[in-house]
Formats: sequence, C-alpha cells, structure tokens
Amino acid sequence: MAISAEARAEVLRRIRAVTGVAADAVTIDAEWSAIRREYRRAATVDHGAILHLLEDRLRDYDAGVYRTSLAGLRDLIGRILRERGKQTMAVPEGIPGDWLPAGVLFVEDHRGAVDAIDSCEGVLTSATLAIAETGTIVLQDAPGQGRRAVTLLPDYHLCVVDSSTIVQSVPEAMALLQPTAHKATTFFSGPSATADIEMTRIKGVHGPRFVDVILLLSEPG
Amino acid sequence: MSLITFDPARVPTFQVAAKDLLGDTQMRKNVRHATDVIQNKRRIVVDEMPDWQELRESGRQIKQHTLKHLDHYLEQFEANCTKAGGVVHWACDAAEARAIVVDLVRKSGSGEVIKIKSMTTEEIGLNTGLEAAGIKAYETDLAELIIQLGHDLPSHIVVPALHKNRQQIREIFKREMNLPDLGELPADLAEAARTFLREKFLRVKTGVSGANFLIAETGGVCVTESEGNGRMCLTLPETLITIAGIEKVIPRFRDLEVFLQLLPRSATGERMNPYNSIWTGVHPTDGPRAFHIVLMDNARTKILADEESRQTLYCIRCGACQNTCPVYRQTGGHAYGSVYAGPIGAILTPQLQDMHHGQSLPYASSLCGACYEVCPVKINIPEVLIHLRHKVVEQDTQGFGALNPEAMAMKAMAMLFTSERRFRAAQRLGRIAESPLVNKAGWVTWLPGLLGGWTQVRDLHEMPKQTFREWFEQRGANNGH
Repeated sequence: MAISAEARAEVLRRIRAVTGVAADAVTIDAEWSAIRREYRRAATVDHGAILHLLEDRLRDYDAGVYRTSLAGLRDLIGRILRERGKQTMAVPEGIPGDWLPAGVLFVEDHRGAVDAIDSCEGVLTSATLAIAETGTIVLQDAPGQGRRAVTLLPDYHLCVVDSSTIVQSVPEAMALLQPTAHKATTFFSGPSATADIEMTRIKGVHGPRFVDVILLLSEPG
Repeated sequence: MSLITFDPARVPTFQVAAKDLLGDTQMRKNVRHATDVIQNKRRIVVDEMPDWQELRESGRQIKQHTLKHLDHYLEQFEANCTKAGGVVHWACDAAEARAIVVDLVRKSGSGEVIKIKSMTTEEIGLNTGLEAAGIKAYETDLAELIIQLGHDLPSHIVVPALHKNRQQIREIFKREMNLPDLGELPADLAEAARTFLREKFLRVKTGVSGANFLIAETGGVCVTESEGNGRMCLTLPETLITIAGIEKVIPRFRDLEVFLQLLPRSATGERMNPYNSIWTGVHPTDGPRAFHIVLMDNARTKILADEESRQTLYCIRCGACQNTCPVYRQTGGHAYGSVYAGPIGAILTPQLQDMHHGQSLPYASSLCGACYEVCPVKINIPEVLIHLRHKVVEQDTQGFGALNPEAMAMKAMAMLFTSERRFRAAQRLGRIAESPLVNKAGWVTWLPGLLGGWTQVRDLHEMPKQTFREWFEQRGANNGH
C-alpha cells in the first residue's frame, strides 16, 4: 500500500500541475450544470406508442413478447413455460406467490452457493424499468429481481415488466434510477450475444440465450 | 499460453509494417468485411437519432469539464467508492499497476484469474506480468479468447480478432480446445467458447476487469459488454480487481445518459449493447466480497498537460474511427504496433510513450477527417495528428537532426519563400533546371535522388512557361497601363 499512497500523491500532483489550484465544489457544480444538454430528455410519443416501440425492439433482439393484465399473469406464465418445456425455474425472493403456476418447480434463491441456480432451467423475475427506444430492461437488487447471479446463470429468462415503468428514452430511465443509483444494476437488451466472429450477431454466449418478456398492463390487455 | 505483447521500443515503423501486411490478402478481406458490416450498422442506428449531434456535443463537454477538474472528481470517486466498501489503489505507470494487481491476486489466494476484455490491461501487458508471477489469466471475451489461444495480438479496440475469419477461428479452437469435430458456424464456435469457459467462471475465485466509466458522484463503476462474460467475472468471483485509466471518471450518474447512448451505437452499431453492469463498492449479498480498483496514470497526465492534444483523453474506446479510416481499413490493426490501432491509436500510442516511440504513427493518416466525423465525443483527430507531426519534426531536427536532407530542404524553401526576389529567381532557375527532363508531351517522368520518390508512382507536369506574376505584369505592359 506504500506504493499506492506515494503514487496517489504523485498522480494528483501531476494533475494539479496542469489544472492549477482546485476550484471549490460549488463552482464545479455550477460548471457541471452549465454543460449543454440539448438532446431529448422527455418522451415525444404517447404511452401506447412507447409500448409498441419496446415490443418492436425486443422482438428485434429475438426476445418473445407477451401482454397481459395481472388477472391473466399466472396462466400466461404457465403457458409460456409449458411451451418452452421448463420444469425447474429459479425465482428471487419477493416474487408474489400468486404469479406462480402449478406444475413447475420454483426454486427460491436465498443467496447461498450459486450451484442451485446454475442447475435451474430458467429464471423468472420482475424488473425495475424498461427503455423502449433501446429495447433495454433494467434490473436492480430489489425484491422480485434478486442478486445478479440469478438472472445470469440460467439459460432462459422470463421477465415481467410493469407497463407503468416503461419509458421511451435512456435519459428518462437514468432520472428514474438516480435515487437507487448505488444498487447493483444490470441493463440487458435481449439475450446474450456476440459479434466477434465476422461481425455476425450470434445469440447467446454466456448469459441467458433465450429471453421472454411479459408486459404487465394495468387494464385487461 | 502466449506471452506476446506489443513492445513499443521494438515494433517496426508503421510504414514498414504496413508494407508487409498489405500483402496478406486474407487479412485485408477479413478487415474490409468486418469494418463494412459494422459501419453500415452504425450508420443506420445513428441516423435514426434526431439528436445525435447534440449528444456528441454534450459528450464532449462532459469530458472537457471532467478533465478540467480531474483531481476533484478522482478524489470524489475515491471517497465514495471507499465508503461503499471498495479499496482504491493508485499507480503512476504500467509497472506499478501490474505490481499492485499481482500482489492483490496473490493475497486473494488464487493462482488464476478470469478476465473481462480490457484495453487498459492490454496496454500495460498485464497477462505477461501475471504469468511471470505464476498466475494464469483466462481471457473470457470471445475475441480475446481467440487472440489468447491463437497466440495472436489484438487488432481492433472493440473487436480484437476482427482480422480472423470463421475458418481461422475454428482451426484455433480445434487445436487449443481439443475439439476435432468442431463445426465452423459462428454459433458452433460461440457454443465451444461457452462450454470451455463455463467451468472457469464457476471455479476461479478472482476476476480482473477494466472499466468504461467511473462515477464520481456515487463511487460506482460501469462496464458495458455483449456476451455476459463480463457479468460472470463481475459477479461470481470472491475478489474483483478493476483497472482503469484516470480519464475514465465521469462526474455524475446522470452523465451516463449521454455515454450509454453514444457508445453502443458508435461501437457495435447496436441501440444498446446486450449488457451494462453498474456496481458500487461491495454489495454484501450480491457479487464479490472484496473489490479493488486501480486508478492508473501511465502518461495520461502528460497528455493532459499538452493543451492541443488533451482531447485525446475524451476517448470512450468505441472504435468507430478505426472502422471508418481508409488507412486502417487497408492495413488492419497490427501495422500500428500497439493495442490502440487506427486513428485514435495514431494519436494515443505515441503520447502514451511520451513521444519516445511510435513517432511514425501520426503519419499513418491521409488527414481525410472521417475519424472526426464519426467520433462520438468529437475528438478532432486530424488536428491532433498535425500537432504530433509537428512534435516529431521538432524532435527530428534537434542537434545533428538539423543536417538531415528533409530539414535542409525545408530550410532552403523557407529562405526562398520569404523573399520575393529569391522566389522569382528560383522559379526561373527551376525552368532552366527541369528542361533536360521534360519530354515532348510536357511531362517529367524521372527525377534524380530523393525527388525520385515522386516520379516513381506519378509523372510531374513541367513548370508553366510563364508564372502568373509574369503574365500579369506583361499584360499590364501590353495594355499600356
């Protein structure tokens, strides 16, 4: 650690040799606030169009997209898992019991060894929010979303997104995330992918290779 | 495992390396294909953004502002990261950074590490340093795995194995993973990598990563990636060690709203890359129990000190300048003799070497400006290239350097151009001197000595019989003015 303390002083000295005397925090904050931000920071289309846009983007990434209201959620989850042939699903703590259909073994993750998650065929979670323009879903360490490993190791992810949390653009999402910015946060946009071989997008390398998204509507949809 | 790195003191000049590489038609085909695909994808997703230019301007201003108060933001990051349970280390140069990482890996009790693709660790030759200390490093990004198993060197910032096609990759995997029946579809190759690495993700206790953004306001770190190997390395190990250049800090969480729009569209032509991870120190029941971050200078403060090339530090490593560069697209990345190739490499590499090496790189450009047009943070690369050429010339004309033919010729030119009388005399002399070399059609097809460099590849038109000034003066006389 001795090297590091000396290095710290040296690096800061080199920087200050260029930037001069440090400005006070108030001045720096004022300068930051004066940075020009003329890009779009609010929605430009209505909620229905935003839902369509998200659906379109998710399909573009090869994710399955479904719509339902709360009343139909459990049946829809059951149908999707049947069609996918999934019998053991990991779930983080905080997934409401009435979401879970019969006939599937749901293994709740209690943050022990990851082997139990790794042996599940898929994972069912909710989400913090979604960004329509980029087809992105954001997960945080919160009830129903769990620790990061739970949505990483299984090969299949079924994600329920409350439609009231869907925004159009990245800036709107960052504003909503600001209060929980310190939490472990994962943005995912479709299944894991790579373009490392001849720039061909190949679905699925290490993260879930298959993703389905349910848009949970407030009225029957 | 391979121990190859670019040694800046030993690599040939760009011009020499490029001449060899231009003969590798397979490599050129691969590079052209990959850069065409990526450019087209980028164009589509950039064109659909009505506020792209506004985002670029904001990106540039955020970077400019951050560098102006770099000490403030680094200290703020350090304080917030420490508060969240992270341990912050500082390194003046590559050797210090390597020593810190080796020490941390040893203390983590692991003889091996899993790595996320990181240009910064490539820059400092971390794998070589780890291997010398008896620590095995597994690259987990598909392209980096191809490079590592193929005992090769990266040739692109974002897609390091872009110079290899699927058949070549298949041969490497067949040999190194012992898979004689491996197919050659990209999906087969990705599947092979998935299986090969899965066991390592679950077993290896220490992870090493780079960083895309350090958030001063929260002490958080953001890593963007595609495959999920990053998430594996950031989440599963007990100890995580991240290495980042000091220029990677951004003021606030909200600033990500600019960079998370600029980076994926510029880098891979996607609206968003498949995964972004943001973590803040240690999260007690989620992910590594120990988190270390090494803040490294390694000549960045030298670049900061040069007002005209400071903008080099705005770079967010998207690689768009490489894909669009007519020089890179012909030579590929290896000609640059550096982990940073293409236009950004041509300005970054010599500066990271404090102008002691890589002096040929500022000339590896036609100054066409395509790189500036696509740069998501508006780095005026041609301007910096010219500035660095100036520095190289200054170096070359020190002491005995003043006696080299080019320097002498330039001095003579300066003398002629500063006096009208001498300039006119030189024009007259030139017409007389060239006359034996001009053919009937009025062309010079051969010039002696150094000047022959011109006529080797193109003819030179003979000088006009009359200069504009001579014509103008004569015209005045004829008209009786």
